[in-house]
Amino acid sequence: MSTSIEPPPRFAHTASRHGLFYPPHKREGRVGDSRIAAGVIALVAIAVLIGGAFVGLILEGINDLSGAIAAFDGYLFRVARFTLWQALLSTSLSVIPALFVARALSRHPSFRGRGLILRLFAVPLALPAIVVALGVLALYGRAGYFAGLLSQISGEGWPGIYGLSGILVAHVFFNLPLATRLFLEALNTVPADQWRLASQLGMGARAGFRLIEWPALRASLPGVAGLVFMLCITSFTIVLTLGGGPRATTLEVAIYQSLRFDFDPARAVALTLLQIVLTMAVVAALMRLGANVTGDANLSVVPRRHIPISRGGTALDALLIALALAFVAGPMLATIFSGLEADLARLAGEAAVRRAAATSLILACLSALLCVALTAALTMARRALALKRGANGPRALLERMTDTGAGFVLVVPPIVIGAGWFVLLRHAGDVFALAPVMVVTVNAVMAMPFALRAVRPAYDAASERHERLCAQLGVAGWNRLRLIEWPVLRRPLSTGFAFAMALSLGDLGVIALFGSDSVQTLPYLLLARMGSYRTADAAGIALFLGILCLALMALADRLGKETAR
Amino acid sequence: MIPQPKGAADIVLDDVAFTYEDMHMLFDVTMKAGGIISVMGASGSGKSTLLNLIAGFERPDSGRVLIGGADVTDMPPSARPVSMVFQENNLFAHLTVEQNVGLGRSPALRLTDADRVEISDALARTGLAGKEKRLPRELSGGERQRVALARVLVRDRPVLLLDEPFASLGPGLREDMVDLVMAVHAERGMTVVFVTHQPEDARRIGGNLLFLEHGRVVAEGKTATFFGKDGPEAFQRYMGTGGASA
Repeated sequence: MSTSIEPPPRFAHTASRHGLFYPPHKREGRVGDSRIAAGVIALVAIAVLIGGAFVGLILEGINDLSGAIAAFDGYLFRVARFTLWQALLSTSLSVIPALFVARALSRHPSFRGRGLILRLFAVPLALPAIVVALGVLALYGRAGYFAGLLSQISGEGWPGIYGLSGILVAHVFFNLPLATRLFLEALNTVPADQWRLASQLGMGARAGFRLIEWPALRASLPGVAGLVFMLCITSFTIVLTLGGGPRATTLEVAIYQSLRFDFDPARAVALTLLQIVLTMAVVAALMRLGANVTGDANLSVVPRRHIPISRGGTALDALLIALALAFVAGPMLATIFSGLEADLARLAGEAAVRRAAATSLILACLSALLCVALTAALTMARRALALKRGANGPRALLERMTDTGAGFVLVVPPIVIGAGWFVLLRHAGDVFALAPVMVVTVNAVMAMPFALRAVRPAYDAASERHERLCAQLGVAGWNRLRLIEWPVLRRPLSTGFAFAMALSLGDLGVIALFGSDSVQTLPYLLLARMGSYRTADAAGIALFLGILCLALMALADRLGKETAR
Repeated sequence: MIPQPKGAADIVLDDVAFTYEDMHMLFDVTMKAGGIISVMGASGSGKSTLLNLIAGFERPDSGRVLIGGADVTDMPPSARPVSMVFQENNLFAHLTVEQNVGLGRSPALRLTDADRVEISDALARTGLAGKEKRLPRELSGGERQRVALARVLVRDRPVLLLDEPFASLGPGLREDMVDLVMAVHAERGMTVVFVTHQPEDARRIGGNLLFLEHGRVVAEGKTATFFGKDGPEAFQRYMGTGGASA
């Protein structure tokens, strides 16, 4: 007899079935159900956050259709053109030099200070954009450390670095080190045997570059360039603080201005639409190139013997590395020095600073908590769904959403989400009262793809070992979370927490839209002080903020490495 | 209800069909309550799948699984009257020996004093007295499997499934462990299904033997018969010796 059996309903077993054998513990659901439920809740929360923003934008667009259409004017296209132009320039200026710096670093795998340089190159990614903007101004601004020198060179008064040049310098500061690390990683994947073969065949430096190094670099070039381009077209803080006037404005900054200053929601909707189309186009292109949108800068430093390098080549490499180092270290040092010049004692005692610091820390903690909760829920749900499916079945939509779907939040810039909710809620009362909720939720969701990368491998590996045992022993739901998952996930979740907290602490996206005198974070206060030309105060706050974020990032890194071991 | 020896339950796979990738398996087999059954067969013949179907880690495409006369086909693993010992990963690495055994009594790890007494009793009987507070990494491979057997004692379920639990142990140690399984069986009288690659394990255990090929039971009977001159042809082919001298 071969009766086919209905797929079991979710809580199939009943008390009568239990009857005979089981006792010590009474009931446990179908294994995995609570995890899937948690994942669904997380997905719904994310969908509400993003969907709500879109509802706001669509409603506003319908309400004022003529206004939204009229907003597609010459100004809007100028802004869009500038957005693309600055991103293109920034990408070229970051990626092309990075190719050579990475090659120089890979040709000299062991010199004193190399490790330090590489660690220094990881710092810009951890620094809040507003801190970097201030560092750039402290160095190249009209009253910056280099102003005197630059005035003498140019023969007239140094006008400062506002506008396109400022944006480019800051973007290159962020992305040159990132691209260098990524290219170096690509070069490190060249098998040692290829190098041995090359030296045996007597290849010179030029042939080595053409036949070995360039192919490796070329393979990673589209992905790296795409990632940098993406970071540059969604860059908000840098353009807000360093861009000058309507000539140097990007879409994101224009969205902010249309809501905060002109109060022209129809224009904001048009700008947002364009921004979304632009990012989606770039991400689609990136996916085709197989790039990793979340970016990765893990480094394995493999000392390796190379083909001989001429004396001139070595000197050129040294010059390249020194220039890159000076460019990257400059704004950091400027941040430190100008920060120390500020009256730190007075700042620390100031009520507004203390209040902003407290607000920042509380919001960042909440945001990080939410981030790791979402991350854990999605990770567990994905694993539970994969197990339920077995090796054979096709992946259902839900599983795909808990998997790659989560990464797609990066397509929607925080400003866009903020703008959507801003126009949706402005009729419902005081928009600015919602600042804390918006900051916490948006930053949590934005940090989530990064946290997922710390948590998921650890969880999946543990699940691999524990799944059958838990099913057998009936360790499920809360018991499983408490006894089995928590000890395993504690460290990776801490990594995610520290990372999310750093990201949230330094963020000036959502708070720029929703901030007010009653709700100020440190970056918001910093922006306000810059706006009122209290540069020394701003420098002091920037130093504090920068150190805080770096410490958190270092902690995240350290915890992550211990997990990996 | 059929009368059974105390603490045992028979296992019936009633036309159980299961597909894994390209392999179509079909099991229609009864295992007597309180018996001890070795399962042998080449890699990929479906030995582990057979156990997973009984334990509930896999669900049949069609057919029924009955344990002690009750249909358990739709039950989750933890609700079935079954304990299973795997080849590895029987213990949670971050929990102590005592906690690992205690999970067999309470999945919330809320243990009464009586539970603790029973746990330390089970540990003593499996030769682990005094190691209650150790972590799995502080134990040898053999000791870790002993902890799993201690948990089997504490759980006290009518069916015990063993999926090559001693495969990574040396020959001498394996003999000791097989003896321990037999002692546990003698004491509790549960139905034991023992998957093994090692002919000498099956011979030592005696009882009955199921021989699998391509997801089907192709021979079953007394273990002694299998290893005798008149053993089934398929089994002799698998052993490659004509059976008798293995």
